[in-house]
Amino acid sequence: MKLTAHEIRSMLKNKEISVEEIVRSYLNRIDKFDTILGAYLYVEKEGALKRAKNLDKKIKHGEKMGRLFGIPISIKDNISVKGMQNSCASKMLQGYISPYDASVIKRIEAEDGIIIGKANMDEFAMGSSNEKSAFKLARNPWDLSRVPGGSSGGSAVSVSASESVMSLGTDTGGSVRQPACLCGVVGLKPTYGRVSRYGAVAFASTLDQIGLMSSDIEDCACLTQCIAGPDKNDFTTVDMKVPDYSRSLTKDIKGMKIGIPKEYFEDGLDDRIRKSIEEAVDVLKQNGAEVKECSIPLVKYSMAVYYVIASAEVSSNLARFDGIRYGYRSKSFKDYRDLYFKSRSEALGMEVKRRIMLGTYMLSKGYYDEYYEKALKVRNLIKNQFEEVMKKFDALIAPTSPTTAFKIGEKKKNALSMYLSDVYVLPANVSGMPAISVPCGMVDGLPVGFQIMTNYYREDTIFNIAYSFEQSTNWHKMSPQISEV
Amino acid sequence: MRVKKEEMKYVAQLAKLEFNEEEEKEVIEELDRMFKYMENLNELNTDGVNITINPYCMENKFREDTVEESMDIKEILDNSPQNLKEYIVVPQVIE
Repeated sequence: MKLTAHEIRSMLKNKEISVEEIVRSYLNRIDKFDTILGAYLYVEKEGALKRAKNLDKKIKHGEKMGRLFGIPISIKDNISVKGMQNSCASKMLQGYISPYDASVIKRIEAEDGIIIGKANMDEFAMGSSNEKSAFKLARNPWDLSRVPGGSSGGSAVSVSASESVMSLGTDTGGSVRQPACLCGVVGLKPTYGRVSRYGAVAFASTLDQIGLMSSDIEDCACLTQCIAGPDKNDFTTVDMKVPDYSRSLTKDIKGMKIGIPKEYFEDGLDDRIRKSIEEAVDVLKQNGAEVKECSIPLVKYSMAVYYVIASAEVSSNLARFDGIRYGYRSKSFKDYRDLYFKSRSEALGMEVKRRIMLGTYMLSKGYYDEYYEKALKVRNLIKNQFEEVMKKFDALIAPTSPTTAFKIGEKKKNALSMYLSDVYVLPANVSGMPAISVPCGMVDGLPVGFQIMTNYYREDTIFNIAYSFEQSTNWHKMSPQISEV
Repeated sequence: MRVKKEEMKYVAQLAKLEFNEEEEKEVIEELDRMFKYMENLNELNTDGVNITINPYCMENKFREDTVEESMDIKEILDNSPQNLKEYIVVPQVIE
Protein backbone atom coordinates (compact mmCIF):
# COMPACT_ATOMS: atom_id res chain seq x y z
CA MET A 1 0.00 0.00 0.00
CA LYS A 2 2.86 2.38 0.79
CA LEU A 3 3.18 4.79 -2.13
CA THR A 4 5.55 7.67 -2.74
CA ALA A 5 4.59 10.94 -4.38
CA HIS A 6 6.61 10.12 -7.47
CA GLU A 7 4.90 6.75 -7.80
CA ILE A 8 1.48 8.39 -7.48
CA ARG A 9 2.51 10.96 -10.04
CA SER A 10 3.33 8.35 -12.65
CA MET A 11 0.10 6.46 -11.88
CA LEU A 12 -1.84 9.66 -12.47
CA LYS A 13 0.08 10.44 -15.63
CA ASN A 14 -0.64 6.99 -17.01
CA LYS A 15 -4.30 7.41 -16.02
CA GLU A 16 -4.14 4.23 -13.90
CA ILE A 17 -5.96 6.03 -11.10
CA SER A 18 -7.80 9.32 -10.49
CA VAL A 19 -6.92 11.94 -7.91
CA GLU A 20 -10.27 11.31 -6.25
CA GLU A 21 -9.45 7.62 -5.85
CA ILE A 22 -6.08 8.53 -4.33
CA VAL A 23 -7.61 10.94 -1.85
CA ARG A 24 -10.41 8.53 -0.95
CA SER A 25 -7.93 5.74 -0.26
CA TYR A 26 -5.99 7.95 2.17
CA LEU A 27 -9.20 9.15 3.84
CA ASN A 28 -10.20 5.50 4.21
CA ARG A 29 -6.89 4.69 5.88
CA ILE A 30 -7.48 7.57 8.28
CA ASP A 31 -11.01 6.33 9.01
CA LYS A 32 -9.74 2.84 9.62
CA PHE A 33 -6.62 3.49 11.70
CA ASP A 34 -6.56 6.96 13.13
CA THR A 35 -8.80 6.34 16.12
CA ILE A 36 -5.96 4.25 17.46
CA LEU A 37 -2.95 6.02 15.89
CA GLY A 38 -4.01 9.58 16.71
CA ALA A 39 -2.03 11.22 13.90
CA TYR A 40 -4.66 13.81 13.12
CA LEU A 41 -6.33 16.55 15.12
CA TYR A 42 -8.42 17.56 12.12
CA VAL A 43 -9.21 15.89 8.80
CA GLU A 44 -10.26 18.04 5.85
CA LYS A 45 -12.47 15.44 4.18
CA GLU A 46 -14.86 17.54 2.10
CA GLY A 47 -12.28 20.12 1.07
CA ALA A 48 -9.76 17.48 0.01
CA LEU A 49 -12.31 15.60 -2.09
CA LYS A 50 -13.49 18.81 -3.73
CA ARG A 51 -9.95 19.70 -4.62
CA ALA A 52 -9.34 16.19 -5.93
CA LYS A 53 -12.31 16.47 -8.27
CA ASN A 54 -11.04 19.81 -9.57
CA LEU A 55 -7.62 18.31 -10.22
CA ASP A 56 -9.20 15.41 -12.10
CA LYS A 57 -10.85 17.98 -14.33
CA LYS A 58 -7.45 19.52 -14.95
CA ILE A 59 -6.14 16.16 -16.15
CA LYS A 60 -9.18 15.73 -18.36
CA HIS A 61 -8.56 19.11 -19.97
CA GLY A 62 -4.89 18.31 -20.47
CA GLU A 63 -3.74 21.15 -18.21
CA LYS A 64 -0.24 21.32 -16.76
CA MET A 65 0.27 19.24 -13.59
CA GLY A 66 2.10 20.90 -10.70
CA ARG A 67 4.95 19.09 -8.98
CA LEU A 68 2.74 17.94 -6.09
CA PHE A 69 -0.26 17.18 -8.25
CA GLY A 70 -2.90 15.27 -6.28
CA ILE A 71 -0.58 14.36 -3.40
CA PRO A 72 -2.30 14.16 0.03
CA ILE A 73 -0.15 16.09 2.50
CA SER A 74 -0.68 16.46 6.24
CA ILE A 75 0.31 19.67 8.02
CA LYS A 76 1.35 19.96 11.64
CA ASP A 77 -1.31 21.81 13.60
CA ASN A 78 0.93 24.83 14.20
CA ILE A 79 1.19 25.87 10.53
CA SER A 80 -1.64 28.05 9.27
CA VAL A 81 -3.94 26.72 6.57
CA LYS A 82 -6.71 29.15 5.75
CA GLY A 83 -10.10 27.98 7.02
CA MET A 84 -8.68 25.13 9.11
CA GLN A 85 -7.96 24.99 12.83
CA ASN A 86 -4.46 25.78 14.09
CA SER A 87 -4.64 24.58 17.67
CA CYS A 88 -0.95 23.88 18.37
CA ALA A 89 -2.49 20.97 20.32
CA SER A 90 -3.29 23.46 23.08
CA LYS A 91 -6.53 24.38 24.82
CA MET A 92 -5.31 27.92 24.32
CA LEU A 93 -6.08 27.78 20.59
CA GLN A 94 -8.96 25.32 20.59
CA GLY A 95 -11.53 26.56 18.08
CA TYR A 96 -9.20 29.08 16.45
CA ILE A 97 -9.50 29.12 12.65
CA SER A 98 -6.56 30.40 10.57
CA PRO A 99 -7.59 33.49 8.63
CA TYR A 100 -4.64 33.12 6.23
CA ASP A 101 -2.28 30.61 4.63
CA ALA A 102 1.34 30.14 5.66
CA SER A 103 3.70 30.81 2.74
CA VAL A 104 4.60 27.12 2.53
CA ILE A 105 0.91 26.25 2.15
CA LYS A 106 0.50 28.74 -0.70
CA ARG A 107 3.47 27.13 -2.41
CA ILE A 108 2.13 23.60 -1.92
CA GLU A 109 -1.23 24.60 -3.33
CA ALA A 110 0.37 26.37 -6.27
CA GLU A 111 1.97 22.99 -7.09
CA ASP A 112 -1.44 21.26 -6.86
CA GLY A 113 -0.79 19.48 -3.55
CA ILE A 114 -3.79 18.55 -1.39
CA ILE A 115 -3.87 19.42 2.32
CA ILE A 116 -5.63 16.46 3.88
CA GLY A 117 -5.59 17.49 7.54
CA LYS A 118 -3.81 18.92 10.56
CA ALA A 119 -1.42 16.66 12.43
CA ASN A 120 -1.17 15.97 16.15
CA MET A 121 1.82 17.33 18.06
CA ASP A 122 3.15 18.19 21.50
CA GLU A 123 1.52 21.36 22.83
CA PHE A 124 3.13 24.39 21.14
CA ALA A 125 5.79 22.01 19.77
CA MET A 126 7.31 21.46 23.22
CA GLY A 127 8.00 17.79 23.72
CA SER A 128 9.72 14.74 22.29
CA SER A 129 6.99 12.13 22.49
CA ASN A 130 3.67 13.71 21.44
CA GLU A 131 2.45 12.94 24.98
CA LYS A 132 2.10 16.67 25.68
CA SER A 133 -0.73 17.12 23.20
CA ALA A 134 -3.67 18.58 25.12
CA PHE A 135 -6.08 16.54 23.00
CA LYS A 136 -4.89 13.02 22.36
CA LEU A 137 -2.05 10.57 22.29
CA ALA A 138 -0.36 9.59 19.07
CA ARG A 139 0.99 6.06 18.87
CA ASN A 140 3.96 4.64 17.04
CA PRO A 141 2.64 2.53 14.12
CA TRP A 142 5.48 0.03 14.65
CA ASP A 143 4.42 -0.67 18.23
CA LEU A 144 1.24 0.88 19.55
CA SER A 145 2.51 0.86 23.14
CA ARG A 146 5.32 3.23 22.17
CA VAL A 147 5.56 6.95 21.43
CA PRO A 148 6.08 8.21 17.87
CA GLY A 149 8.50 10.88 19.08
CA GLY A 150 7.83 14.58 18.91
CA SER A 151 7.01 17.26 18.70
CA SER A 152 5.85 16.56 15.12
CA GLY A 153 4.64 13.11 16.19
CA GLY A 154 1.39 13.18 14.22
CA SER A 155 3.22 14.12 11.03
CA ALA A 156 5.59 11.17 11.38
CA VAL A 157 2.77 8.75 12.19
CA SER A 158 0.72 9.91 9.21
CA VAL A 159 3.57 9.30 6.74
CA SER A 160 4.71 6.05 8.38
CA ALA A 161 1.18 4.58 8.45
CA SER A 162 0.30 5.79 4.93
CA GLU A 163 -2.33 8.19 6.23
CA SER A 164 -0.61 10.86 4.13
CA VAL A 165 2.13 10.78 1.51
CA MET A 166 4.17 13.63 2.92
CA SER A 167 3.95 16.01 5.83
CA LEU A 168 5.17 19.36 7.07
CA GLY A 169 6.31 19.75 10.64
CA THR A 170 8.43 22.21 12.57
CA ASP A 171 11.91 21.54 13.90
CA THR A 172 13.06 23.83 16.72
CA GLY A 173 15.13 21.23 18.53
CA GLY A 174 14.85 18.12 16.40
CA SER A 175 11.07 18.00 16.28
CA VAL A 176 10.99 16.76 12.69
CA ARG A 177 14.06 14.50 12.66
CA GLN A 178 13.49 12.67 15.96
CA PRO A 179 9.90 11.51 15.26
CA ALA A 180 10.84 10.73 11.64
CA CYS A 181 13.61 8.50 12.99
CA LEU A 182 11.41 6.75 15.55
CA CYS A 183 8.69 6.10 12.95
CA GLY A 184 11.02 5.00 10.14
CA VAL A 185 10.55 7.85 7.67
CA VAL A 186 12.73 10.57 6.16
CA GLY A 187 12.77 13.90 8.02
CA LEU A 188 14.58 17.05 6.92
CA LYS A 189 15.30 20.26 8.76
CA PRO A 190 16.44 22.68 6.07
CA THR A 191 18.98 25.43 6.81
CA TYR A 192 17.67 28.25 8.98
CA GLY A 193 16.52 30.78 6.37
CA ARG A 194 15.95 28.32 3.53
CA VAL A 195 12.20 27.89 4.02
CA SER A 196 9.80 30.66 5.00
CA ARG A 197 8.25 30.39 8.45
CA TYR A 198 5.52 32.92 7.78
CA GLY A 199 2.34 31.37 9.16
CA ALA A 200 4.05 28.90 11.50
CA VAL A 201 3.31 29.65 15.15
CA ALA A 202 6.55 30.93 16.71
CA PHE A 203 8.16 28.86 19.45
CA ALA A 204 11.82 29.93 19.54
CA SER A 205 12.38 32.30 16.67
CA THR A 206 16.14 31.91 16.23
CA LEU A 207 15.84 28.10 16.23
CA ASP A 208 12.48 27.40 14.53
CA GLN A 209 12.45 25.93 11.05
CA ILE A 210 9.67 24.32 9.06
CA GLY A 211 10.76 20.83 8.08
CA LEU A 212 9.35 17.98 6.07
CA MET A 213 8.76 14.25 6.14
CA SER A 214 8.38 11.71 3.38
CA SER A 215 8.93 8.03 2.63
CA ASP A 216 11.96 8.53 0.45
CA ILE A 217 14.59 11.05 -0.62
CA GLU A 218 13.15 11.78 -4.05
CA ASP A 219 9.90 12.95 -2.41
CA CYS A 220 11.81 14.92 0.21
CA ALA A 221 13.85 16.71 -2.46
CA CYS A 222 10.73 17.45 -4.50
CA LEU A 223 8.79 18.94 -1.57
CA THR A 224 11.83 20.96 -0.47
CA GLN A 225 12.14 22.30 -4.00
CA CYS A 226 8.52 23.45 -3.86
CA ILE A 227 8.64 25.25 -0.50
CA ALA A 228 12.21 26.64 -0.38
CA GLY A 229 13.37 30.11 -1.35
CA PRO A 230 13.06 33.73 -0.26
CA ASP A 231 9.74 35.10 0.96
CA LYS A 232 8.89 38.75 1.44
CA ASN A 233 6.80 37.81 4.47
CA ASP A 234 9.74 36.25 6.32
CA PHE A 235 12.82 38.45 6.35
CA THR A 236 14.94 35.68 7.81
CA THR A 237 14.72 33.83 4.48
CA VAL A 238 17.88 34.25 2.48
CA ASP A 239 18.00 35.67 -1.05
CA MET A 240 19.78 32.73 -2.54
CA LYS A 241 18.85 30.71 -5.58
CA VAL A 242 17.45 27.28 -4.75
CA PRO A 243 19.40 24.67 -6.74
CA ASP A 244 17.65 22.05 -8.83
CA TYR A 245 17.60 19.24 -6.26
CA SER A 246 16.63 16.58 -8.79
CA ARG A 247 20.24 16.82 -10.01
CA SER A 248 21.42 15.61 -6.60
CA LEU A 249 19.52 12.36 -6.90
CA THR A 250 22.42 10.20 -8.05
CA LYS A 251 24.14 7.28 -6.42
CA ASP A 252 27.54 8.74 -7.18
CA ILE A 253 29.28 10.15 -4.12
CA LYS A 254 32.81 9.43 -5.26
CA GLY A 255 35.34 11.55 -3.37
CA MET A 256 32.74 12.98 -1.01
CA LYS A 257 34.42 13.75 2.32
CA ILE A 258 32.36 12.55 5.25
CA GLY A 259 33.24 13.20 8.89
CA ILE A 260 32.17 11.08 11.84
CA PRO A 261 32.14 13.36 14.91
CA LYS A 262 33.20 11.02 17.72
CA GLU A 263 31.24 12.96 20.40
CA TYR A 264 28.00 11.64 18.92
CA PHE A 265 29.05 8.05 19.47
CA GLU A 266 29.98 8.12 23.15
CA ASP A 267 28.12 6.72 26.17
CA GLY A 268 24.35 6.79 26.04
CA LEU A 269 24.05 5.53 22.47
CA ASP A 270 22.40 2.11 22.18
CA ASP A 271 25.03 -0.32 20.84
CA ARG A 272 22.65 -1.84 18.32
CA ILE A 273 21.95 1.63 16.92
CA ARG A 274 25.67 2.28 16.77
CA LYS A 275 26.05 -0.90 14.74
CA SER A 276 23.28 0.11 12.29
CA ILE A 277 24.96 3.44 11.72
CA GLU A 278 28.36 1.81 11.22
CA GLU A 279 26.75 -0.36 8.56
CA ALA A 280 25.27 2.73 6.92
CA VAL A 281 28.70 4.35 6.88
CA ASP A 282 30.10 1.21 5.21
CA VAL A 283 27.52 1.58 2.44
CA LEU A 284 28.62 5.17 1.87
CA LYS A 285 32.25 4.02 1.75
CA GLN A 286 31.39 1.39 -0.83
CA ASN A 287 29.71 4.09 -2.89
CA GLY A 288 32.92 6.11 -2.98
CA ALA A 289 32.82 8.39 0.05
CA GLU A 290 36.01 9.11 1.98
CA VAL A 291 35.16 8.68 5.65
CA LYS A 292 37.23 9.99 8.55
CA GLU A 293 36.68 10.49 12.26
CA CYS A 294 36.53 14.08 13.47
CA SER A 295 35.79 15.93 16.68
CA ILE A 296 33.44 18.73 17.73
CA PRO A 297 34.17 18.87 21.47
CA LEU A 298 31.73 21.71 22.17
CA VAL A 299 28.78 19.74 20.85
CA LYS A 300 28.09 18.45 24.37
CA TYR A 301 27.09 21.96 25.43
CA SER A 302 24.37 22.17 22.76
CA MET A 303 21.61 20.97 25.00
CA ALA A 304 22.26 23.47 27.76
CA VAL A 305 22.55 26.27 25.20
CA TYR A 306 19.39 25.12 23.50
CA TYR A 307 17.29 25.06 26.65
CA VAL A 308 18.42 28.50 27.75
CA ILE A 309 17.75 30.11 24.37
CA ALA A 310 14.57 28.20 23.53
CA SER A 311 13.03 28.86 26.94
CA ALA A 312 13.93 32.55 26.84
CA GLU A 313 12.40 32.94 23.39
CA VAL A 314 9.34 30.93 24.38
CA SER A 315 8.63 33.16 27.35
CA SER A 316 8.59 36.12 25.01
CA ASN A 317 6.76 34.50 22.05
CA LEU A 318 4.01 33.01 24.17
CA ALA A 319 3.28 36.29 25.93
CA ARG A 320 0.90 36.97 23.04
CA PHE A 321 -1.53 34.39 24.38
CA ASP A 322 -3.30 36.66 26.81
CA GLY A 323 -6.98 35.84 26.36
CA ILE A 324 -7.73 39.15 24.67
CA ARG A 325 -7.76 39.07 20.86
CA TYR A 326 -7.98 35.36 20.14
CA GLY A 327 -7.64 32.05 21.88
CA TYR A 328 -8.94 30.99 25.27
CA ARG A 329 -10.45 33.46 27.71
CA SER A 330 -11.26 32.37 31.25
CA LYS A 331 -14.87 32.53 32.36
CA SER A 332 -14.04 33.50 35.94
CA PHE A 333 -11.86 36.55 36.41
CA LYS A 334 -12.02 39.50 38.77
CA ASP A 335 -10.62 42.24 36.56
CA TYR A 336 -8.53 42.67 33.43
CA ARG A 337 -5.29 41.75 35.19
CA ASP A 338 -6.81 38.61 36.54
CA LEU A 339 -8.03 37.76 33.04
CA TYR A 340 -4.43 37.33 31.88
CA PHE A 341 -3.50 35.11 34.81
CA LYS A 342 -6.59 32.94 34.69
CA SER A 343 -6.72 32.56 30.91
CA ARG A 344 -3.06 31.56 30.63
CA SER A 345 -3.05 29.32 33.69
CA GLU A 346 -6.21 27.47 32.73
CA ALA A 347 -5.35 26.93 29.05
CA LEU A 348 -1.61 26.19 28.96
CA GLY A 349 -0.23 22.77 29.85
CA MET A 350 2.40 22.14 32.52
CA GLU A 351 5.30 21.60 30.11
CA VAL A 352 4.59 24.91 28.38
CA LYS A 353 4.28 26.72 31.70
CA ARG A 354 7.49 25.16 32.94
CA ARG A 355 9.41 26.45 29.94
CA ILE A 356 7.85 29.91 30.18
CA MET A 357 8.90 29.99 33.83
CA LEU A 358 12.42 28.86 33.01
CA GLY A 359 12.73 31.48 30.28
CA THR A 360 11.24 34.30 32.33
CA TYR A 361 13.52 33.41 35.22
CA MET A 362 16.61 33.51 33.04
CA LEU A 363 15.68 36.79 31.43
CA SER A 364 14.90 38.46 34.74
CA LYS A 365 17.20 40.94 36.41
CA GLY A 366 20.33 39.43 37.85
CA TYR A 367 20.20 36.25 35.80
CA TYR A 368 20.33 37.58 32.26
CA ASP A 369 24.13 37.68 32.05
CA GLU A 370 24.64 34.46 33.92
CA TYR A 371 22.42 32.33 31.68
CA TYR A 372 21.09 34.03 28.58
CA GLU A 373 24.14 36.00 27.53
CA LYS A 374 26.39 33.08 28.42
CA ALA A 375 24.32 30.78 26.21
CA LEU A 376 24.48 33.22 23.27
CA LYS A 377 28.25 33.27 23.57
CA VAL A 378 28.54 29.51 23.75
CA ARG A 379 26.21 29.31 20.77
CA ASN A 380 28.76 31.37 18.88
CA LEU A 381 31.57 29.01 19.92
CA ILE A 382 29.59 25.92 18.88
CA LYS A 383 28.67 27.46 15.55
CA ASN A 384 32.32 28.36 14.90
CA GLN A 385 33.44 24.86 15.71
CA PHE A 386 30.90 23.39 13.28
CA GLU A 387 32.01 25.85 10.60
CA GLU A 388 35.64 24.86 11.11
CA VAL A 389 34.85 21.15 10.76
CA MET A 390 32.75 21.81 7.66
CA LYS A 391 35.84 23.29 5.99
CA LYS A 392 37.32 19.80 6.00
CA PHE A 393 34.20 17.78 5.20
CA ASP A 394 31.24 17.87 2.84
CA ALA A 395 29.00 16.25 5.43
CA LEU A 396 28.87 14.75 8.91
CA ILE A 397 27.16 11.52 9.91
CA ALA A 398 25.62 11.01 13.35
CA PRO A 399 22.84 9.11 15.05
CA THR A 400 19.42 10.82 15.22
CA SER A 401 18.21 9.35 18.50
CA PRO A 402 20.13 7.55 21.26
CA THR A 403 17.39 4.91 21.52
CA THR A 404 14.53 3.52 19.48
CA ALA A 405 10.96 4.60 20.32
CA PHE A 406 10.35 4.45 24.08
CA LYS A 407 7.21 3.30 25.88
CA ILE A 408 4.31 5.67 26.38
CA GLY A 409 4.60 7.08 29.90
CA GLU A 410 8.25 5.98 30.34
CA LYS A 411 9.76 9.47 30.53
CA LYS A 412 6.77 11.39 31.76
CA LYS A 413 7.99 12.04 35.27
CA ASN A 414 11.39 13.53 34.52
CA ALA A 415 11.57 16.39 32.01
CA LEU A 416 15.36 16.24 31.78
CA SER A 417 15.38 12.57 30.74
CA MET A 418 12.85 13.44 28.02
CA TYR A 419 15.03 16.34 26.87
CA LEU A 420 18.03 13.98 26.62
CA SER A 421 16.33 12.03 23.82
CA ASP A 422 17.02 15.10 21.63
CA VAL A 423 20.70 15.30 22.41
CA TYR A 424 21.87 14.46 18.85
CA VAL A 425 19.36 16.60 16.98
CA LEU A 426 19.75 19.88 18.89
CA PRO A 427 23.17 20.93 17.55
CA ALA A 428 21.80 21.53 14.02
CA ASN A 429 19.28 24.00 15.44
CA VAL A 430 21.92 25.70 17.54
CA SER A 431 24.22 26.09 14.52
CA GLY A 432 21.39 26.63 12.01
CA MET A 433 22.82 24.03 9.65
CA PRO A 434 20.61 21.64 7.67
CA ALA A 435 20.20 18.02 8.77
CA ILE A 436 18.22 15.02 7.67
CA SER A 437 17.25 11.76 9.36
CA VAL A 438 17.22 8.73 7.08
CA PRO A 439 15.97 5.23 8.04
CA CYS A 440 18.90 2.80 8.24
CA GLY A 441 17.87 -0.25 10.20
CA MET A 442 15.61 -2.04 12.65
CA VAL A 443 16.25 -3.01 16.26
CA ASP A 444 13.70 -5.31 17.90
CA GLY A 445 11.10 -4.39 15.31
CA LEU A 446 11.61 -0.65 15.75
CA PRO A 447 13.13 1.72 13.18
CA VAL A 448 16.59 3.28 13.49
CA GLY A 449 17.74 6.37 11.62
CA PHE A 450 20.95 8.31 11.07
CA GLN A 451 21.60 11.98 10.44
CA ILE A 452 23.44 13.69 7.64
CA MET A 453 24.47 17.28 8.38
CA THR A 454 26.09 19.66 5.91
CA ASN A 455 27.19 23.25 5.65
CA TYR A 456 24.65 26.06 5.38
CA TYR A 457 22.41 25.84 2.30
CA ARG A 458 23.90 22.56 1.14
CA GLU A 459 20.69 20.58 1.15
CA ASP A 460 21.80 19.42 -2.32
CA THR A 461 24.73 17.52 -0.75
CA ILE A 462 22.39 16.04 1.86
CA PHE A 463 20.09 14.72 -0.87
CA ASN A 464 23.01 13.31 -2.82
CA ILE A 465 24.42 11.32 0.11
CA ALA A 466 21.00 10.26 1.40
CA TYR A 467 19.90 9.13 -2.06
CA SER A 468 23.11 7.21 -2.59
CA PHE A 469 22.54 5.36 0.69
CA GLU A 470 18.86 4.78 0.10
CA GLN A 471 19.30 3.38 -3.39
CA SER A 472 21.84 0.87 -2.07
CA THR A 473 19.56 -0.40 0.70
CA ASN A 474 15.92 -1.31 1.27
CA TRP A 475 15.16 0.42 4.56
CA HIS A 476 12.97 3.05 2.93
CA LYS A 477 10.66 0.36 1.64
CA MET A 478 9.71 -1.01 5.03
CA SER A 479 6.30 -0.19 6.40
CA PRO A 480 4.56 -1.14 9.63
CA GLN A 481 1.83 -3.74 9.87
CA ILE A 482 -0.82 -2.05 11.93
CA SER A 483 -3.12 -4.49 13.65
CA GLU A 484 -6.63 -3.68 12.56
CA VAL A 485 -9.01 -2.42 15.15
CA MET B 1 17.75 24.54 46.20
CA ARG B 2 18.78 27.30 43.92
CA VAL B 3 15.24 28.53 43.18
CA LYS B 4 13.53 30.01 46.23
CA LYS B 5 9.80 30.06 46.73
CA GLU B 6 9.55 33.87 46.78
CA GLU B 7 11.58 34.06 43.59
CA MET B 8 9.32 31.54 41.92
CA LYS B 9 6.28 33.60 42.93
CA TYR B 10 7.88 36.77 41.56
CA VAL B 11 8.73 35.13 38.22
CA ALA B 12 5.21 33.69 37.97
CA GLN B 13 3.88 37.23 38.37
CA LEU B 14 6.08 38.39 35.51
CA ALA B 15 4.97 35.48 33.33
CA LYS B 16 1.28 36.00 34.27
CA LEU B 17 0.90 32.44 35.47
CA GLU B 18 -0.64 30.95 38.61
CA PHE B 19 0.29 27.68 40.28
CA ASN B 20 -1.22 25.73 43.15
CA GLU B 21 1.00 24.44 45.97
CA GLU B 22 1.65 21.11 44.36
CA GLU B 23 2.46 22.57 40.92
CA GLU B 24 4.68 25.16 42.56
CA LYS B 25 6.72 22.43 44.20
CA GLU B 26 7.00 20.55 40.91
CA VAL B 27 8.09 23.63 38.96
CA ILE B 28 10.72 24.53 41.55
CA GLU B 29 12.14 21.01 41.43
CA GLU B 30 12.27 21.02 37.63
CA LEU B 31 13.82 24.46 37.46
CA ASP B 32 16.45 23.40 39.96
CA ARG B 33 17.28 20.35 37.93
CA MET B 34 17.55 22.46 34.74
CA PHE B 35 19.69 25.15 36.37
CA LYS B 36 22.02 22.54 37.69
CA TYR B 37 22.37 21.10 34.21
CA MET B 38 22.95 24.52 32.72
CA GLU B 39 25.80 25.17 35.08
CA ASN B 40 27.83 22.99 32.70
CA LEU B 41 28.19 26.10 30.57
CA ASN B 42 30.35 27.68 33.27
CA GLU B 43 33.12 25.23 32.40
CA LEU B 44 33.72 27.35 29.31
CA ASN B 45 35.59 30.64 29.34
CA THR B 46 33.62 33.04 27.17
CA ASP B 47 35.44 36.29 27.97
CA GLY B 48 35.57 38.44 24.86
CA VAL B 49 33.40 36.06 22.82
CA ASN B 50 30.73 37.71 20.67
CA ILE B 51 27.15 36.66 21.09
CA THR B 52 25.27 34.85 18.32
CA ILE B 53 21.59 35.65 18.03
CA ASN B 54 20.64 34.57 14.53
CA PRO B 55 22.44 31.44 13.41
CA TYR B 56 23.26 32.76 9.96
CA CYS B 57 24.51 36.20 8.95
CA MET B 58 21.47 38.33 8.40
CA GLU B 59 21.21 41.71 6.76
CA ASN B 60 18.52 44.32 6.91
CA LYS B 61 16.19 43.98 4.01
CA PHE B 62 14.24 46.84 2.56
CA ARG B 63 11.29 46.79 0.24
CA GLU B 64 8.90 49.24 -1.31
CA ASP B 65 5.56 49.63 0.40
CA THR B 66 2.81 48.12 -1.65
CA VAL B 67 -0.93 48.29 -1.20
CA GLU B 68 -2.41 44.91 -0.35
CA GLU B 69 -5.77 43.77 0.85
CA SER B 70 -5.88 43.16 4.59
CA MET B 71 -7.46 40.11 6.17
CA ASP B 72 -11.20 39.87 6.47
CA ILE B 73 -12.37 41.65 9.65
CA LYS B 74 -15.13 39.15 10.26
CA GLU B 75 -12.74 36.17 10.15
CA ILE B 76 -10.45 37.91 12.63
CA LEU B 77 -13.28 38.84 14.97
CA ASP B 78 -14.70 35.32 14.83
CA ASN B 79 -11.51 34.21 16.56
CA SER B 80 -11.94 36.65 19.44
CA PRO B 81 -13.43 35.47 22.73
CA GLN B 82 -16.03 38.25 22.78
CA ASN B 83 -16.85 40.91 20.22
CA LEU B 84 -19.31 43.64 19.39
CA LYS B 85 -19.65 45.07 15.89
CA GLU B 86 -16.06 45.77 14.80
CA TYR B 87 -14.60 45.63 18.29
CA ILE B 88 -13.13 43.05 20.61
CA VAL B 89 -14.76 43.30 24.03
CA VAL B 90 -12.44 43.45 27.08
CA PRO B 91 -13.09 43.97 30.78
CA GLN B 92 -13.12 47.53 32.08
CA VAL B 93 -9.56 48.90 32.30
CA ILE B 94 -10.08 52.53 33.42
CA GLU B 95 -11.72 52.96 36.80
